[in-house]
Amino acid sequence: MSTQTGSIDDLAVLQDLPLPPSRQTFLHCMQCGSCTGSCPLGPAMEYPPRQLILQARSGKLRKVMESPSLWMCVGCYVCSLRCPRSIELTDALWPALRDRAMQEGIQPPGELQEAFHNIHLYGNSLGKSPRRRTRWAEGLDVPVRDLSRDPSPTDVLWIVGDYPSFYPRNQVVARQFAQILTALEVDWAIVGNKERTLGDCERLYGEEGLFESLVEYHRDLLEELQFNLIVTLDPHGYRALRHYYPRWGVHFPVQHAANFLADRLDQLKPLLTKPIERTITYHDNCCAGRRYGNFDAPRDLLRAIPGVELVEMDHHRETALCCGGGGGGMWLDSHIAAHGGPRLSDQRVREAATAQADILAVSCPFELSRFEDSAKVTGFEDQIQVRDIVELLAQSMDLTSGE
Amino acid sequence: MNIAVPIRHVVDLIEPMTLVESQTQIDYDDASFVINETDDHALEQALLLSDRIPGSSVIVMAVDFGDVDASLYAALAKGAAKAIRVAYDGDQPPSADQAAAAFAQLVRELECELVLAGSYAHGEIDGMLGPALAHELQWPYVGVVRGVRLSGEAADRATVFKEFPGAVMAELTVSVPAVIGVVGAEQPPRYVPVSRIRSVMKSSEIEDRELTIPEGASHVEIARFEVPSTGQRAQMLSGDTEELVMEVAKILHEQGISP
Repeated sequence: MSTQTGSIDDLAVLQDLPLPPSRQTFLHCMQCGSCTGSCPLGPAMEYPPRQLILQARSGKLRKVMESPSLWMCVGCYVCSLRCPRSIELTDALWPALRDRAMQEGIQPPGELQEAFHNIHLYGNSLGKSPRRRTRWAEGLDVPVRDLSRDPSPTDVLWIVGDYPSFYPRNQVVARQFAQILTALEVDWAIVGNKERTLGDCERLYGEEGLFESLVEYHRDLLEELQFNLIVTLDPHGYRALRHYYPRWGVHFPVQHAANFLADRLDQLKPLLTKPIERTITYHDNCCAGRRYGNFDAPRDLLRAIPGVELVEMDHHRETALCCGGGGGGMWLDSHIAAHGGPRLSDQRVREAATAQADILAVSCPFELSRFEDSAKVTGFEDQIQVRDIVELLAQSMDLTSGE
Repeated sequence: MNIAVPIRHVVDLIEPMTLVESQTQIDYDDASFVINETDDHALEQALLLSDRIPGSSVIVMAVDFGDVDASLYAALAKGAAKAIRVAYDGDQPPSADQAAAAFAQLVRELECELVLAGSYAHGEIDGMLGPALAHELQWPYVGVVRGVRLSGEAADRATVFKEFPGAVMAELTVSVPAVIGVVGAEQPPRYVPVSRIRSVMKSSEIEDRELTIPEGASHVEIARFEVPSTGQRAQMLSGDTEELVMEVAKILHEQGISP
């Protein structure tokens, strides 16, 4: 261990990471290896989780911070949830190390830099004009109340999210969710062009300052509005609001869209009139799923659709394989591939095919494009369709996308 | 050695652009701005040079048009020693000559020996900043440069790598002091975390300066601005090379683009 005071290798530096004392449990690691054994990208990492802690405790923090491994975690939570010492690898240690690395001038991968830059400038990772955020709603056949123009009270504030707002494939889901909310006679509204990303992935990837600026922005924006509940299609946004915003004193009740709809299944079920005679398997996303145990609501929704046969992939619920997009992974495909990491979404599509599914159902905006791309790459494009649960519900309700 | 980096903010092209009623100017009140890309590279190159030369400093300067504060603070967070904001109350961006006159005053006052400027900016209509500034200072100018090395006992020579069309690169030596127009730094502009920028905003100050900026019309009179229309369709062409060329020529003629 270096004895140079203030050196990045100094163990004291490790203890000075921006972690509250309750999170210093990484010092209690017993090197059992459960984390590395569970990590879907562990075999490709120079320093998988166990090694990362070992090197850090041995005063070799710089080696870890300069390693490509630091940017290969996709925030799937398997290591954290299986750790017998309850070390918060995903939520605390990895982000703190990345934050420290960037403070030391170590550059994150280029794709990730671009995403950070876009979020800082434009409030979305895609680098799209904030003024075009509500274009997804153009021509929609249901009214969309925009609180940035009409700030009167609403029951549900729907934070649409970056991909449903800007990415064409996801805009279909946004439009159909708007239609479903209206069909359920929910009093809902959006914040329009004032919306920005909630910042969860940026926090996980170490941009604590960027995340803090987003928390402050949303605090100032949302505290001026009157609503009872925030609903989001994005499990990462859900996690940010539920888990991290309160640490900055920002408390808003939040539900993921799947839970919100499942709570209204009594109203929804009579509207699901059109059968979907398909075999469907559901991909549990890591944030709302493994992290918070929200496994049943999406399945309840799918089972409510007439004609659906629900099958499970080998890995499901707590053992679900990650799509590779969370925690910043959405902007690290090139980096991970360059360092020998497998494409996790390809593996997942193969599992869906093995389960003999016609449809791979998802409830996270990242997953639509990731799995559709993987279906093409793995050659299962003709066998497997990828659909958001919202799309399937809308289909059964015989809703168009408002085109 | 003091290295000056003048930076400009340009209209951010990801936003829909609107024009004033006369159609002769962008509606700058409605526009959003971003640092000129080649200026960002010039800053990066300057920081790299500063890292190599003990005792050297990078001084960034900007004429206050287009929300320059964010870029000035970011430059300080990246390692610039000083940031200067030049007061300006024009309703459109300063011309190259105006900006050059302002920056030249600072370069002389601060005894800078090297100026790294972005080689071009998309808002430049009536000349480029680099040559204009070199003219003001009576210093040599080399533009379209990728990479700068300093040599000589007093770092009085700069070796620059200048791009020419056709993937030709020339290695040139220019005596210092000089103005160098950077099109690309030796490495991409460094990323600095937002927390550091926020910290710099609390701990550092941008220096405000009022300088003599000459008035006067631009050498170019804008007859009309037009925002290009965007098409809504794509036409896929097929055929061998000759067929494709003939088809493209026909389309260009039909669209009135070629005679």
